[in-house]
Amino acid sequence: MVQRLLLQGNEAAGWGALAAGCGAFFGYPITPQNELTEWFAREFPPRGKVFVQSQSETASINMLYGAAATGVRAMTSTSSPGWGLMQEGMSNLANAELPCVVVLVSRGGPGVGTTRHSQMDYTSATRGGGGGGYRNIVLAPWSVQELHDHVQLAFYLADKYRNPTVVLSDAILGQMAEPLEVKALDFGSLPPKDWAVKGITRHQDGQRRGLSAGQGFFPSPQYPTYLDFMSAFDRKLKAMRASEVRYEAHCVEDARLILVAFGSTARMALEATQAARERGMKVGLVRPISLWPFPYEAIRKLCKSAKFLVVEDNLGQMLEDVEMAAGEVHFLGMLARHEPREQGMVFPDKVLEKIEEVY
Amino acid sequence: MEKVRVTGGSPLWTRPEFATIPFCPGCQEPVASEALLQVLEETGLVGEAIAVVGIGCNSFLPFLWKMDFVMAAHGRPPDVATAVKRILKYPLVFTVQGDGDCFAIGAGSTVSAAIRGEKITIIMLNNNNYGTTGGQMSPTTLLGQKTSTTALGRGGNEEGFPAHVAETMATFKGVCYSARTAVNDPASFQRTKRCLRTAFQMQMEGLGLSFVEIIVACPPNRRLSPLETIKWIDDEVLAEFPLGEFKNVGREEMEDREPVEVKG
Repeated sequence: MVQRLLLQGNEAAGWGALAAGCGAFFGYPITPQNELTEWFAREFPPRGKVFVQSQSETASINMLYGAAATGVRAMTSTSSPGWGLMQEGMSNLANAELPCVVVLVSRGGPGVGTTRHSQMDYTSATRGGGGGGYRNIVLAPWSVQELHDHVQLAFYLADKYRNPTVVLSDAILGQMAEPLEVKALDFGSLPPKDWAVKGITRHQDGQRRGLSAGQGFFPSPQYPTYLDFMSAFDRKLKAMRASEVRYEAHCVEDARLILVAFGSTARMALEATQAARERGMKVGLVRPISLWPFPYEAIRKLCKSAKFLVVEDNLGQMLEDVEMAAGEVHFLGMLARHEPREQGMVFPDKVLEKIEEVY
Repeated sequence: MEKVRVTGGSPLWTRPEFATIPFCPGCQEPVASEALLQVLEETGLVGEAIAVVGIGCNSFLPFLWKMDFVMAAHGRPPDVATAVKRILKYPLVFTVQGDGDCFAIGAGSTVSAAIRGEKITIIMLNNNNYGTTGGQMSPTTLLGQKTSTTALGRGGNEEGFPAHVAETMATFKGVCYSARTAVNDPASFQRTKRCLRTAFQMQMEGLGLSFVEIIVACPPNRRLSPLETIKWIDDEVLAEFPLGEFKNVGREEMEDREPVEVKG
């Protein structure tokens, strides 16, 4: 049965996790994701699921590591300064090939920054801020419904690749309320988690399981040397790049100028695109849904016929990805917010002004 | 009566995936590990035991054990063990950590697990220095002890004073058992086994967090022979860090700590 609710994005992420069969959540208070942690504190223990308020974000991510090692679907959430603290853990999760989901409700940065909305964590989310060359799959919802759906997709992708997956939300999506259809999504079957620790007598083959964040350092039957591990890791990254690119395109077929925007900012960009069309300008929008792997190929194809305008609520981070794919690229960032105040957003008419300027 | 194994060690050792056993001559971590494995074998807990290690020489150990294990980041085993135990509920979950792992980089994790009274066992192998990285000062380095980062000997004014971890852990209400033992002679080896058995029993009864600190020798970093290192432990380390049980509370006492019913 489909349940319809009017919910905040933060709470929608919780309902998405529940629908995905998440069994454990570990969280530490930080604005603007507190409703999310509080949702789990309220909803998980009565259902016999695990909720722990950790002593720090460092602890949250390491509890997530332990939870994932048992094979349970597990999640944490945080905001930008906490995300910084989690980077070592993210790197270890990637090395140990432990699937889990992190919802990152980003705020203004760098440093403690502000609790206001921004998209300042694009680079650290997509590049990996911990040691050594790993990547997180990063999904960027643009609505309360998509937050709910993407958390479920994130669990599926995490299990499929045995890799941590990030759902990149922001203060606008986290705090705003929209109608939500709560329903479990089916993405297909997954292999059993035969690698999880349970105690040797509970394994069918009676053999021990060892999960280590030192794969490549400590020889194992699966990866006798560091290069064996790196080769397998490389194959995994390539498989993710080949199969997990997701994006939406609006009115790009005849477009002379294509906007590229993700998350909440893509909503403003779409409205501006429609307004420009009404004025007879051939403008389109590409919305990357997977920020890593990034839809380079789609943008590369479009760049033969169009120039680009990147719209994002930061000083230009996805801009670099679009520049890698395309020729002429313009940028509209957070400094062009409609209101010259801290709380201001990038409004559609600001984007439209820029469209008219670079068209 | 103690079951004394006359030949060989615990059958829970397994052939290493490494070329050689990665422990230095005179290292007592394998000795402490032997005590641990014997207890697991005797209590029949190994089938559902999950070991959690951090970074340090001790992190080599579970690769040599017939047991499920998780290797985590430096200092984070109590966080990892918290999650494993809370989710699976049934197993014996214990950490094996060095003194730096447990009470320097991991002090926050250790203390927080004690505050929450997690139903896990923390085993701290105290060798008075950072063994793996070449003998730097650790929280339990003795005053005057020379290490690679205290070339003139640890001085209290500059480098602080040795941390008494077992005594500290005993102060937390969530901790049901805290002891310090050693493996410097056969009698202390047997006492270590008794302490580990008690700690594991208390965990399986769900009484709270149990903690065992085991003093172990690290001869190469002490720049002493194995026998000289044991003499140094007997004469100086045990003078600073007395052996014994600092907390051993019964079920009734722990049950008195059950949270009061919240009305509402």
